[in-house]
Amino acid sequence: MADMRTPLKKVEGLGSARDGTIHFWRQRVTAIASIPLTLLFIGFLIAMNGAGYAEMRAALANPLVALLIALMLISALIHMRIGMQIIIEDYVHGDGGKLALLILNTFFTIIVGVVSLFALAKLAFGV
Amino acid sequence: MSHSHATRERPLSPHLTIYRPPITMTTSIVHRITGGALYFGTLLVAWWLTAAAGPQDYFEFVNGIFGSWIGQLVLFGYTWALLHHLLGGIRHLIWDTGAGLEKHTASKIAWANVVGSVVLTILVWVVGYMVRGG
Repeated sequence: MADMRTPLKKVEGLGSARDGTIHFWRQRVTAIASIPLTLLFIGFLIAMNGAGYAEMRAALANPLVALLIALMLISALIHMRIGMQIIIEDYVHGDGGKLALLILNTFFTIIVGVVSLFALAKLAFGV
Repeated sequence: MSHSHATRERPLSPHLTIYRPPITMTTSIVHRITGGALYFGTLLVAWWLTAAAGPQDYFEFVNGIFGSWIGQLVLFGYTWALLHHLLGGIRHLIWDTGAGLEKHTASKIAWANVVGSVVLTILVWVVGYMVRGG
């Protein structure tokens, strides 16, 4: 029997076609943002090499330093979450394992981000 | 279905073990491996920030680990992975514009990626130790 469904009917419910390049694009945007932010972070670490507890805390409490590290972390974490998702999708073929790892990927990224940003906030607000 | 003709040994294409990978192939997989390493490297950043936000004795403890020879070795590798991935990222952004895709040009950029990452890593550590000494 001939298939009476229209092409439209066959794709309905499969999600919007409008976000197909969102990961590609977001990966590029975060890559561009991460270049200067990471270089500044390396420069900061070089400048602070050998610093003691009080000196390091004072430097990290500087608003400009704290904001730049926060921006670097956010950009890098978004970037790496997409990257790890691609790696998982490339190498893990079982549906169960893939889903579990994709969820863990999100958890890992958010936990690292929240812990780091909390530490930065604690340093900046000096509690 | 007859299997009589299909059981004969078929010629195999060159496989990974005997295939000399072009430099672009090597830098491609190294880009992915360094990306994966940097993913877990964020744990060190989070740990370090947490230590700085915490009590002094814990900060000194973490500082001691980062300052030990094994800690320094890991951080040296971390620096290289970061710089290799950063330069590799710039390479990809150049390719995204459609430039540098010609075979020999791509190979040259790939070599620049490798050499540049090593040179910059050594430079970062030399300057870092000079700052510490001064």
